[in-house]
Amino acid sequence: MTGGFEFIVALRFLREGRMQTALIIGGAAVGVGVIYFITAILTGVQGDLIRRVTGSQPHVVVKPLDEIAVPLIAPTDSAPRAASVQARPQRLTTIDGWPALLQRAEASPGVLAVAPVASGGALAVKGDSTRSVIITGTDLHRYLRVVRLDDKVVQGALRLEAGDALIGIDLAKDLGALPGDRFRVQSSDGRGEVFQIRALLDMGSRDLNRRTVYIALRPAQSLLNISGRITSIDVGARDFMQAAEVAARLRALTGLQAESWTQTNAQVFTALGNQTIMTRLIRLFVAIVVVLGIASVLVVSVVQKRKEIGILRAVGATSGQMQRVFLLQGAVVGFAGALTGTAFGLLLVAVFSGILRSASGTPLFVLEFDFNLMFVVLAVATVLGVVASVLPARNAARLDPAQAIRA
Amino acid sequence: MTTTALVSLSALRKIYNAGQPNEQEVLHGIDLTLQPGEFTALIGPSGSGKSTLLNILGLLESASDGVYRLNGDDVTLLDDDARTRARHATLGFIFQFHHLLPAFSALENVMLPAMMGGEGAQADTRQRAEGLLDAVGLRDAYHKKPAALSGGMQQRVAIARALIRAPRLVLADEPTGNLDTRSSDGIFELLRRFNREQGTAFMVVTHDPRLAARCDRIIELVDGRIATDRANVPVT
Ligand SMILES: Nc1ncnc2c1ncn2[C@@H]1O[C@H](COP(=O)(O)OP(=O)(O)OP(=O)(O)O)[C@@H](O)[C@H]1O
Ligand SMILES: [Mg+2]
Repeated sequence: MTGGFEFIVALRFLREGRMQTALIIGGAAVGVGVIYFITAILTGVQGDLIRRVTGSQPHVVVKPLDEIAVPLIAPTDSAPRAASVQARPQRLTTIDGWPALLQRAEASPGVLAVAPVASGGALAVKGDSTRSVIITGTDLHRYLRVVRLDDKVVQGALRLEAGDALIGIDLAKDLGALPGDRFRVQSSDGRGEVFQIRALLDMGSRDLNRRTVYIALRPAQSLLNISGRITSIDVGARDFMQAAEVAARLRALTGLQAESWTQTNAQVFTALGNQTIMTRLIRLFVAIVVVLGIASVLVVSVVQKRKEIGILRAVGATSGQMQRVFLLQGAVVGFAGALTGTAFGLLLVAVFSGILRSASGTPLFVLEFDFNLMFVVLAVATVLGVVASVLPARNAARLDPAQAIRA
Repeated sequence: MTTTALVSLSALRKIYNAGQPNEQEVLHGIDLTLQPGEFTALIGPSGSGKSTLLNILGLLESASDGVYRLNGDDVTLLDDDARTRARHATLGFIFQFHHLLPAFSALENVMLPAMMGGEGAQADTRQRAEGLLDAVGLRDAYHKKPAALSGGMQQRVAIARALIRAPRLVLADEPTGNLDTRSSDGIFELLRRFNREQGTAFMVVTHDPRLAARCDRIIELVDGRIATDRANVPVT
């Protein structure tokens, strides 16, 4: 067992250079702590964002195929277009024979729940106030399993019989209405109906809170003049990260359009991706700085210990043993840095979880003991310590003992 | 009766910075044989090449030309690892400036050469180290760091370290060069004792004619050549 000798010498050398050792371990610890911290923030921010996005909308929406507006005459240079292609007037496209589709969609793998929805634009009127809104007519019982409206009730109680409505809190403010009050919903072709407000909802964004009106399916169908039909099937996936796959399956199954939340919120999704890349870059650079720090201290240490390396060589240590003495120092520093850095990172997370809060007021991240992550960090830091010591270790191995002893 | 010579050098040359403007030939064809158990003094003016010769004998440097046989084996052209192995197996070093490792206790310094060979775990290594420290009069200093020891005591630790693996030849470069007369005498006495009791050969570089006079053989180096090489009846 010759490894024992190298390890003992490595530890002694580190102990001997007390200040230097403390400084590089401290440097590595700060690096590791920062990596923990930004990872926790990223996980927290992304988790919060995803929760908000996926919490207020269905994971997948199955819709009829768009009717595509086609230009009648292709524009040429000599005959400039008089007008650009006009989208067809907003006519609601609907799904026929939906009860069968609903059943098949519900049985599709990865699908947790489905709800029929008849949705379209309308006006909400109370007294002098008129607001343009989106009405969503659905079966509350089914819909609750797709979007957890029960989380979002600010005032009142969930109930959605024929004359009931659940509306966004900002819309309620705009209309000057409270649960129990009545207001009128009017469609573009003049149909109208009166609903009683049962609950106020906070949908997580001001825009949604201004425009959201939930009513039962049947009154929505009659307001939108699509009796018996629906405009979409809203789907909750078992795993929201699988939404795109579920959407693809439903597209194949129904022959209709199926959009996942990742498509609907493409910007959000891209932003998440960019954040992840940025965080990776930061981590990479922190790791590089730590490696360079360890390497520079060890390079200096080899110069300082010239004579001692020379003595060890003269009394029989091989150049390989001297190399390993310094590689081990790197490994020990990396490991010790990761250990203290983990403690430091957890401390940062603990302190800042009380300070940093998400938009909804809940803590952005919580203190978690992710033992897998800790093992990975310890292993990676140890390897990086070895990497950092490759150059100094080579210097130690190449040192000419005769020169070192003469000097 | 012929026994294998412990060391034999023939036409050994050492040229520093060969091919460069500052090229310097330090040893010009040295022929030398050392027998097992011989106690030799190496004397000569400063710059005559004594340390260079000692380092070549100690396999810390290699010769530019000529042949070096150690224990009958040609070690002239060995690579670094093989030279290290040969050094570890048959040679011990004592330097002028003691050269102990400051982070290790006296006992650990003595044990180091044994530990790097993988013998550290064996209990008898520790016993041997303690025995050697006792023999050099440092029974009470096992666990002291070098900084807590006087120069003479440090050199005694270095002697114990040189002897831990029972080498056949100990190379000492001005081992008393840094010590007062009294300590020098004590150190020299120790070396002679180990030579007598264990049959270890010594080659000791010294500037002190008094000490040279206590050796069995005196080799004088002048300008990289052996000027005189004579047997000596040690005075006591
Ligand atoms: N690595 C080296 N490169 C170039 N020249 C060297 C080297 N080592 C020693 N020399 C030169 O070789 C010559 C002999 O040096 P060496 O140290 O062997 O002398 P020495 O007899 O031990 O002297 P001293 O009694 O002062 O210790 C000197 O001129 C020295 O400058
Ligand atoms: Mg010299």
